[in-house]
Amino acid sequence: MFIHLKNVFYTYNLHMPFQTEALKSINIMIEKGEFIGIIGHTGCGKTTLLQLIDGLLEPTEGQILIDGIDIHKDRSKLKEVRKRIGLAFQYPENQFFEETIYKEIAFGPKNLGISDDKIKDMVKNALAMVGMDYYLYKDRSPFSLSGGEMRRVAIASILAIDPEVIILDEPTASLDAQSRDKLLALIKNLYQRYNRTIILVSHNMEIIAELTRRLIVMENGRIMMDDTPRKIFQESIEKLESIGLSLPPVTNLMYKLKKIGKPVNSGILTVEEAKEEILKMVKKK
Amino acid sequence: MKFSRNITIGQYIYQNSLIHKLDPRVKILTTILVIISLFLIKSWFGFSIIALYLFINIFLSKVHPKFVLKGIKPLIIIIIITLIIHFFTTPGEVIYHIWILNITKEGIQRGLFIAVRLFLLIVATSWLTLTTSPIALTDGIERLLSVLKFIKVPAHEIAMMMTIALRFIPTLMEETEKIIKAQMARGADFESGNLIKRIQNFLPIIIPLFINAFHRADELAIAMEARCYRGGEGRTHYRKLMISIADQIFFITTLFVILIAYLVVL
Ligand SMILES: Nc1ncnc2c1ncn2[C@@H]1O[C@H](COP(=O)(O)OP(=O)(O)OP(=O)(O)O)[C@@H](O)[C@H]1O
Ligand SMILES: [Mg+2]
Repeated sequence: MFIHLKNVFYTYNLHMPFQTEALKSINIMIEKGEFIGIIGHTGCGKTTLLQLIDGLLEPTEGQILIDGIDIHKDRSKLKEVRKRIGLAFQYPENQFFEETIYKEIAFGPKNLGISDDKIKDMVKNALAMVGMDYYLYKDRSPFSLSGGEMRRVAIASILAIDPEVIILDEPTASLDAQSRDKLLALIKNLYQRYNRTIILVSHNMEIIAELTRRLIVMENGRIMMDDTPRKIFQESIEKLESIGLSLPPVTNLMYKLKKIGKPVNSGILTVEEAKEEILKMVKKK
Repeated sequence: MKFSRNITIGQYIYQNSLIHKLDPRVKILTTILVIISLFLIKSWFGFSIIALYLFINIFLSKVHPKFVLKGIKPLIIIIIITLIIHFFTTPGEVIYHIWILNITKEGIQRGLFIAVRLFLLIVATSWLTLTTSPIALTDGIERLLSVLKFIKVPAHEIAMMMTIALRFIPTLMEETEKIIKAQMARGADFESGNLIKRIQNFLPIIIPLFINAFHRADELAIAMEARCYRGGEGRTHYRKLMISIADQIFFITTLFVILIAYLVVL
């Protein structure tokens, strides 16, 4: 699946006195198997961008092409787009409405007109993907779960329709450390084991540095940078700071060490890499 | 499916006018009096006096009449239905005959009379909401109701409920939009199917909306208590309402107009 945003603009409340230009001149190409991170300060248009990719908003200007076809040319295409792209909103547990977790997760497949016995497999699969036991959870009410479990069920309800591209809008917001780590492991697994294309929005630079392979930095409705996280966190530190974004903690540490003249490489993304670099530095002495 | 975040409730239009400066209590009371008079008046002459009075009020408030007409638009169907029902169901001198239905002279008179009454009712209430901000309105209602405290009318609580409801309407609109999108992302289709199917389709919107609203109500109650809110007892107001000379003149004029409209039968 190949997604191409071609000179896309989006304005909320177009032609009204309170209109907001949320996105300006966006050009992105997303290939199969990528793991993309999107960062930017609050209100820079990340959520708007995700909704456009999933065909939930129609661009005010420009085109969104999926496998070369404009998704807004033919309205019947939209449902297919939403089947192939799964979007988990910020706080996805706020959309729960069924009595049982089974029904909640079955909602997506049912909407796509899939037969009941197939749906059962899909629900089983989806729960397995998020690491929850089918028999233990299927009859429980989604409202009786803890925050972390709710988030995982919500994500399972997206995975149930078996999308090729999975979009996650701040999936770890307001989760405790343990639930967060579990969720991150799950996302990593979706990418590595199930070969899904993943787009992840997060304010947590550590997560971005550790997981993503490509990083899009947004500022005021525009794309400011689009490169590998390593390159951005190494070469564009001033630029990031100028728009109020920080470095991942380990990267920051190495950057500071380098600044005071220590012989280290500052393009470090994970604690593991940092450990190696510091050991090297110590040995050199 | 599109919703606007910026719905204006009651359509308050700010203008720097005499009418806008009147005390909300006086405006509410006069509106109530006008409404009552519309039900008591039996003559076309009376109606024309009230219509003239409302016209002058709207003129003085500097609010463009198109906003008043906008308020009438959604109710036009009701007015027409009333009109038609009266045409056919009032007994009297038959002037036209279709199939088994008779249109009577009395029916036409009565229908028109009631339609004009409805029309004036809407104009009178729109005049109030167009020229009084929601906050002033709830404030006025609270003060008026507090007169009834001796029969245990919880005036402050009613006003607080109205204020909170007004405050949360945009939030609920926003939330509805978000939930619709979230369910559409899970393949929900709100735009096709027969009537029953469509109504069923709304459950995935309504249920989360209610659940979230209850959560929010809980949180709001706790937040208010945490800031020591304990109801109306001994609470002072930021805006002091004062009855001015202009208020008195306006009120007396209104009474006078209503009396003429009611009593004078030409
Ligand atoms: N439904 C809407 N109606 C009007 N304006 C909106 C709407 N949704 C978002 N906006 C505006 O569009 C801009 C971009 O919003 P968006 O939600 O895409 O930001 P974001 O990058 O996701 O922010 P956050 O990090 O806080 O989630 C903001 O200025 C916001 O106020
Ligand atoms: Mg957002």
